Amino acid sequence: MSTVTAPLLKHPGKEWPGHTLVVSEPLRLDCGIDFGPFTIAYQTYGRLNAERSNAVLICHALSGDQYVAEPHPITGAAGWWTTLVGPGGVLDTDRYFLICANVLGGCMGTTGPKDVNPAAGEPWALNFPVITIRDMVRAQKLLIEHLGIEQLFCVIGGSMGAMQVLQWASSYPESVVAAVPIAGSARHSAQNIAFHEVGRQAIIADPDWCGGRYLSLGRNPAGGLAVARMAAHITYLSEAALHRKFGRNLQDRNAVTYGFDADFQVESYLRHQGSTFVDRFDANSYLYITRAMDYFDLAAEHGGSLPAAFPGTQPRFCIISFTSDWLFPTSESRALVHALNAVAANVSFVEIETDKGHDAFLLHEPELFATLRGFLTGCAEHRGLTRFWA
Amino acid sequence: MADRSAALRFGTGADALSMATPAPGDLRRDLRLIAEMIEPGARVLDIGCGDGALLAYLAREKAVDARGMELSQSGVNACVRHGLSVIQGDADRDLDAFPAGAFDVVVLSQTLQATRRPRHVVEALVRIGNRAIVSFPNFGFWRIRLSLLWRGRMPVSELLSNSWYETPNIHLCTIRDFVRLCDEIGTKIERSVTLDRHGRPFSLDPRGGLANLLAEQGMFVLSGKAASVRS
Repeated sequence: MSTVTAPLLKHPGKEWPGHTLVVSEPLRLDCGIDFGPFTIAYQTYGRLNAERSNAVLICHALSGDQYVAEPHPITGAAGWWTTLVGPGGVLDTDRYFLICANVLGGCMGTTGPKDVNPAAGEPWALNFPVITIRDMVRAQKLLIEHLGIEQLFCVIGGSMGAMQVLQWASSYPESVVAAVPIAGSARHSAQNIAFHEVGRQAIIADPDWCGGRYLSLGRNPAGGLAVARMAAHITYLSEAALHRKFGRNLQDRNAVTYGFDADFQVESYLRHQGSTFVDRFDANSYLYITRAMDYFDLAAEHGGSLPAAFPGTQPRFCIISFTSDWLFPTSESRALVHALNAVAANVSFVEIETDKGHDAFLLHEPELFATLRGFLTGCAEHRGLTRFWA
Repeated sequence: MADRSAALRFGTGADALSMATPAPGDLRRDLRLIAEMIEPGARVLDIGCGDGALLAYLAREKAVDARGMELSQSGVNACVRHGLSVIQGDADRDLDAFPAGAFDVVVLSQTLQATRRPRHVVEALVRIGNRAIVSFPNFGFWRIRLSLLWRGRMPVSELLSNSWYETPNIHLCTIRDFVRLCDEIGTKIERSVTLDRHGRPFSLDPRGGLANLLAEQGMFVLSGKAASVRS
């Protein structure tokens, strides 16, 4: 990938804006390792009420982070859910206390493979333990307890965020009032694992990856990571959306050049996606987090029965899918609805018509906003949550 | 996809949002009759709930645990926007997921005739609900009979407002047909009400010929418990 040039990670070990919690007690991970001490980096918006009943945990997706509603500290881009968060917004900061933590294994402040392994005095790299979605949620539970919150009003997230929402409902049903998994699934499909494997192999095949030890050696597999991001990004869009945005339009030229430059706008767009991603993301984190998604299978944790994954009194669910999402298609959400029906859980399920594909949960999608607002307001009234400034 | 609720309900989708929180007097007459049959605090599933008018009324006036299922996306979205628990789903396909006795009352209002497998649907209703309230247009109504007899064409009425080639109503039946179906699957009819076109009730024995001739709609309360001893 000679066209993608990226510097070394610009901010190794830099302090990010926001809060951190240092967990000193080791956390038992699914892989059997007791991991710790480790750091959880998180952001909050709004304020916690006296009853501590208005907390909303936002779970970010694979390439997301805790900067939900403020400029990203590296790229300066707007927060990934700025459209939802604010006073009077769908995630109303005058009513809710919003929390978003960088996932375990991430690269924006929560301990991940790019951080220094104290025992070795160099970055963890591939010595970092393999983590799961459940491990991420276990870490979030520790954070919530640290904040003195017994019960979350809502856990919400899209894509990998939806996986965490489902894991919360499964592991800690009594700690969640409302669960909103968007464009998600109770398991990662074979096709999704296959796409992730392509991305990982692109990173591993980059000579600068160096068996994962690139940070210790002063190198960065930016080309491999960019290709991984490019391939993944295609899966986040729909054919219709790609066609609508780019068609076969050429990039800054009137004719094809009979070479391998980015003749087409869609190529230029993907290269841009790849090159900006490597500025803010760690290649090993990408390996670890995609692996966590691959391993996710809620039914498998419960003898192959998805209904069995939702014991006890379940939260109120609002399950949302998008018609053009072929990565986490509606059929996955419907399977989830059936499983929750089987345990007579309180479920709303909305499939939203859009051509924007999987990424629709991040975009301006009025039907999504109206659905979320209606559901959350209904749950808030049910809980007696009022706004601070009515 | 056929929007079965739109075919038979007087308002659906965004233009009927105000119906989601109706005053008691605004609720359609036949829905009000259904509401009167439901105990406060009951667990209710309304299948084909349209824009959620009945659910919203029940939730507010009777504090029921109100759930809905609706085929049309616009109907589901309108419901969820108003804080109702509604899933996008199809009576033919999505009832099997519920466990037996999941609800105190299951409501299927003016939807049975649009299902692909009405018998399977009725069996599912009495399985998942302790009681099922089913209403449907009576194809044995005298005006419908006359229309077919005199005009020789498929009847189009206020309740059956689509032409034959675009109607979602693929399994029309008479009151007598429905009573026979209940007998066949061993479901006990707890109560029956015959209605005129405006949803005004009048009492006639559903097994008598007069009901089948004079009622424009039939409404039946089925007992779920009898379903376990099917003949």
